[in-house]
Amino acid sequence: MSKRLFMTLKQWMALGLMTAAAPFSAAAELALEVEIPRLQVAEYHRPYVAIWIETDKGAHQQNLALWFDHDMDDNEGTKWLKDLRLWWRRSGREESFPVDGYAGATRPVGTHRLTFSDQQAPLNALPPGKYKLVVEAAREVGGREMIRLPFEWPINTPQNTSAEGEHELGHIQLNLNP
Amino acid sequence: MTVKNLAACALALLTVGVSLQAQAHRAWMLPSATVLSGDEAWVTVDGAISNSVFYFEHHPLRLDQLEVRSPSGKSVEAQNQAQGMYRSVFDVELVEDGTYTLEIHNNGVFARYKLDGETKRWRGTFDEIDEIPDGVDDLSMSETDRRIQVFVTKGAPTPGTFKVRGEGLEMQPITHPNDLFAGEAAQFRFLLDGKAAAGLEVTVIRDGIRYRDQVNEQVLKTNEDGVVEILWDEPGMYWLEAESELDSKKLEDASRHVGYSATLEVLPL
Repeated sequence: MSKRLFMTLKQWMALGLMTAAAPFSAAAELALEVEIPRLQVAEYHRPYVAIWIETDKGAHQQNLALWFDHDMDDNEGTKWLKDLRLWWRRSGREESFPVDGYAGATRPVGTHRLTFSDQQAPLNALPPGKYKLVVEAAREVGGREMIRLPFEWPINTPQNTSAEGEHELGHIQLNLNP
Repeated sequence: MTVKNLAACALALLTVGVSLQAQAHRAWMLPSATVLSGDEAWVTVDGAISNSVFYFEHHPLRLDQLEVRSPSGKSVEAQNQAQGMYRSVFDVELVEDGTYTLEIHNNGVFARYKLDGETKRWRGTFDEIDEIPDGVDDLSMSETDRRIQVFVTKGAPTPGTFKVRGEGLEMQPITHPNDLFAGEAAQFRFLLDGKAAAGLEVTVIRDGIRYRDQVNEQVLKTNEDGVVEILWDEPGMYWLEAESELDSKKLEDASRHVGYSATLEVLPL
């Protein structure tokens, strides 16, 4: 046993090189900012929002967040989940509610920050490849909007992309930091 | 115009009117939604016979033959049935997750005859055919088999509700009828008495005819496997229809009209 724990000089050197290239003290991070814009409408309801990752071919890969009326009596908030049309088709209709892990309450007007580590679920299981982060928003008595931001995985170099929503979404910023 | 000419003209118009009507009448059901989420889901459905889809302008649809099948194949009650001047209405509660089929299947006999010089029309089932009196003149009969369908889904679409009866004209989905999106193509297989209906004309009309000048129907033909591919250019409610006429197997010297129609919702992405 003790023999196997003992590393050769060559192995120590290799480890040193690896450490220099990617220090394991700092995990890589996917950070997302989603702005829910203030709208001048007579009847305002917070939007339902689904945030997920799809492959560059459009296949659903991973849900990151779902903001909806998750705590209404009799699960009534699920009635409008189909209005997140693309998310409903790609993933939502296959789920059984309540869902664990990524679902939560609707968010107020303002900028909301989400971060995901590459060391933890759900991103630790994301295979290397080209992806798009999708933000879809649908508002009661309002409209629907969807924004896609491309990125590559794993995070080898910093990637910063952003887009401006026109109706239901504001500034969407995606930052990937190694 | 002389009186004689006027009468002839009116008669000609009347004839044209009748034949047009006979061709143009469309029976349909229109659901309030086809894709639903949530624990408590209901659809409300209108049914009508009209010239133009989906406008209520002629007759309410009779609901006596209405059958609602749940995703697991159970019979579901069509609640709150009502009949108005131009439309019928009913509600369906979607308790199970999956796809439901709402169907009206009419199979029967239509007869026309003369009794004491007067033209009579009769409509009924094969079992009731004895109601036609003996010894009538100019008896002509035809057999009809018409099926109207609507599909609605709570949660994920399921195939359990599609059943081939092997009778009349049927649609066997290849693409799920509650998974239709603008810009995508769908494939459906048509069966006549359980066998592939090759070379069948399938007509597809999008809603909103009143707000455009042309009907803009798509007329497609099934291939040798009975399959038709439909590309949905725009989202909306679509009315799909196929009909065929052949010889009756049950009645002598009679024709058999078979028809299938469905209301399909195409969503935008």
